[in-house]
Amino acid sequence: MSLKSFVFTASSVLALTAGAAVAKDSITIAMQLEPPHLDPTSAAAQAIDSVVYVNIFEGLTRFMGDGSIAPLLAKSWEISDDGTVYTFSLQEGVAFHDGSAMDAEDVKFSLDRARAEDSTNAQKALFAGISSVDVVDPMTVKVTLAEPNGSFLFNLAWGDAVIVAPESIEDIKTAPVGTGAFKLADWVQGDRIEMARNADYWGEAPVLASATFKFISDPTAAFAAMMAEDVDAFDNFPAPENLPQFEADPRFQVLVGSTEGETILSTNNKQPPFDDAKVRQALAHAIDRQAIIDGAMFGYGTPIGTHFAPHNPAYVDLTGGSAYDPDKARALLAEAGLADGFETTLHLPPPSYARRGGEIIAAQLAEVGIKAEITNVEWAQWLETVFRGKTFGLTIVSHTEPMDIGIYARPDYYFQYDNPAFQDLMATLNATTDPEARTALMQDAQKTIAGDYVNGYLFQLAKLGVAKAGVLGLWENAPTAAIDLGAISWAE
Amino acid sequence: MLRYSLKRLLSLILSLAVASAVIFAVIEVAPGDPASFMLGVNAQADTVAALQAELGLDQSKLQRYLSWVSGMLGGDFGTSYTYRTPVAEMIADRLWVSLPLALFALTLSTLIAFPAGIYAASRRGRAGDSAVMGATQLGVAIPNFWFAMILVLIFAINLRWFSAGGFSGWDNGLLAGMRSLTLPAIALALPQAAILTRVMRSSLLDILGEDFMRTARAKGLSRRQALWRHGLRNAMIPVLTIIGLQFSFLLAGAIIIEQVFYLPGLGRLVFQAISSRDLIVVESVVMLLVFAVITVNFAVDLAYAAVDPRLRSRT
Repeated sequence: MSLKSFVFTASSVLALTAGAAVAKDSITIAMQLEPPHLDPTSAAAQAIDSVVYVNIFEGLTRFMGDGSIAPLLAKSWEISDDGTVYTFSLQEGVAFHDGSAMDAEDVKFSLDRARAEDSTNAQKALFAGISSVDVVDPMTVKVTLAEPNGSFLFNLAWGDAVIVAPESIEDIKTAPVGTGAFKLADWVQGDRIEMARNADYWGEAPVLASATFKFISDPTAAFAAMMAEDVDAFDNFPAPENLPQFEADPRFQVLVGSTEGETILSTNNKQPPFDDAKVRQALAHAIDRQAIIDGAMFGYGTPIGTHFAPHNPAYVDLTGGSAYDPDKARALLAEAGLADGFETTLHLPPPSYARRGGEIIAAQLAEVGIKAEITNVEWAQWLETVFRGKTFGLTIVSHTEPMDIGIYARPDYYFQYDNPAFQDLMATLNATTDPEARTALMQDAQKTIAGDYVNGYLFQLAKLGVAKAGVLGLWENAPTAAIDLGAISWAE
Repeated sequence: MLRYSLKRLLSLILSLAVASAVIFAVIEVAPGDPASFMLGVNAQADTVAALQAELGLDQSKLQRYLSWVSGMLGGDFGTSYTYRTPVAEMIADRLWVSLPLALFALTLSTLIAFPAGIYAASRRGRAGDSAVMGATQLGVAIPNFWFAMILVLIFAINLRWFSAGGFSGWDNGLLAGMRSLTLPAIALALPQAAILTRVMRSSLLDILGEDFMRTARAKGLSRRQALWRHGLRNAMIPVLTIIGLQFSFLLAGAIIIEQVFYLPGLGRLVFQAISSRDLIVVESVVMLLVFAVITVNFAVDLAYAAVDPRLRSRT
């Protein structure tokens, strides 16, 4: 390095630090994956929601950081006595980023678009119960459901249910126009997305004037970027093994929270010998959850005994019913006529919870005589062979959709659990709006699938955030994939 | 010279035609569907079908191959399935990172390798030669991604002279752009320089033993004069070959370095596109790289002819 460029470097470093000391109204947040595009209503990629949810696009309701549902573009609502008609009063004075007013027509358009025949909404099922959306007046929308649906307001909070403007649909994927507190300023594909504060925002103005999202997929590079202070925060830090180092460094804070990701050893319930509940029970007792959490996730993660998030008030701890007990597992296998064990396959998608966890599980299964042959697959391959083709014995995957116990009521879902009693239970739950009755039903549902040992329930995926010490307002938990810029500020 | 060039050009066009068919066939065979990938695990079958229709994935493979090739001939590489932007635009953006990076690395590696190789050859068997050869052994043996991490550790995390990665963009000035490419270029260049130094040295040593060199010395040139006037030019052929190969490698093979420094280059684009089964992007980028490799080889062939008149008459 020549003297001249050294001087240049030194002076630009000085300029940068000086600038940061004055401003403190901008932030650079890193994420592992880049969104493919910016339309949350036509793709499942969580990275899209992380960038746009409540920042650019807003829905009638929203998730708060603690997982509760709050009104957003809908100021208030009335629900008919039979629970099928929702009348929403919209916020006044809301404008899209292009200046046009948001009104009942936009709401009708957005909901109709999501449930249309040719809709490409990844969560179309959320809207399946809607039989009609009617504009009462510019600030009032009436949504009629075919049947009562206790989780309808919850469904509307998803990123897939945000309100979009008909005239901006054409370019929504690269030039999103929403009603949120931030506008898209620039997108250098492969590198970063820049957002600027929306001066005409209808709600409380955010503290940040601008924000940059950077995309760093390599765990080592992620560590270097934080350590070199190139980024201010990392939304979901990919290398749990480095967290103690950040914890020990006063420059940083580490936020360990929970996600909606139930990480499970998915089991093909239709493939022998897994069609025998005894074999599945043996599987459950053969697994030492804590060893997996310690070995694969460096201790981050909460053991679960059913398909439900532990931070949900309706959660029941059922881990005791499938406690680690290899002797019991061997006895159960013998009862099922498989005293000599058997061979099966274990498909592992790319995330480290699966790849690292899979090695440990394979070793634990070998202890009781089950020989699981590991196949590493990419996501696209996993979707094709495991998810759609259903040609697998076991696989490890984290189901990250919030409140998704309903998948157990779909007999054609890839793990192929077909229990009419459970399906009835879910139908009753959907039709129930009374909170207490819903809690009881959800607890019954958790117990049913745990008792049937449908899948091996491992742990709730942790959300591991790292940020500079002065960053305030970051979500600790992830009730949905989101980085709520409006809540973020810097300590003085 | 003209006939030689035409012959090379014809083989270039044939290679491209064969390459396009092979690339398309190989990539389409990979399991996985871009529409299902986009829509995830909760999507309904009719939604996936709707997206497939929107993306044109419901057409036959032959139809898609023909429209891809005919589009490329007209400069249209199609539209990315996942990003929904024109592939040509995406590639152009990424080339603004990958091409300067490859050139930067190649320049560095040549700047190191030429003097080092000449020095080693002229000091054959002496301490200087052994030192250079020892260093190149090390350079070849060190994996470039590991070296990259060490560079980041020293220059980004400890000294803070450079950022740990990312690309500032050329909009912020040439110097800022070069600065973000410096560490990656060094990481890429070092192993290449080591290889090139060894080739340079051995090629020069071969030439030094030739009869015409003895003749040159007999005519009264000093050892150094003979080396510069007659030796170097003759030693260039294998060196040019290696430089040509290295450029192709640097353009396409920087994937890992781009990951380590999270640079928005071509390699990372291919990496992302493969995992999301954005087939049209993968096909177009691979095709472009094949095109680059073949044309670089073509240019190298022409350069041979320029430095070695014997090749021109031989055809």
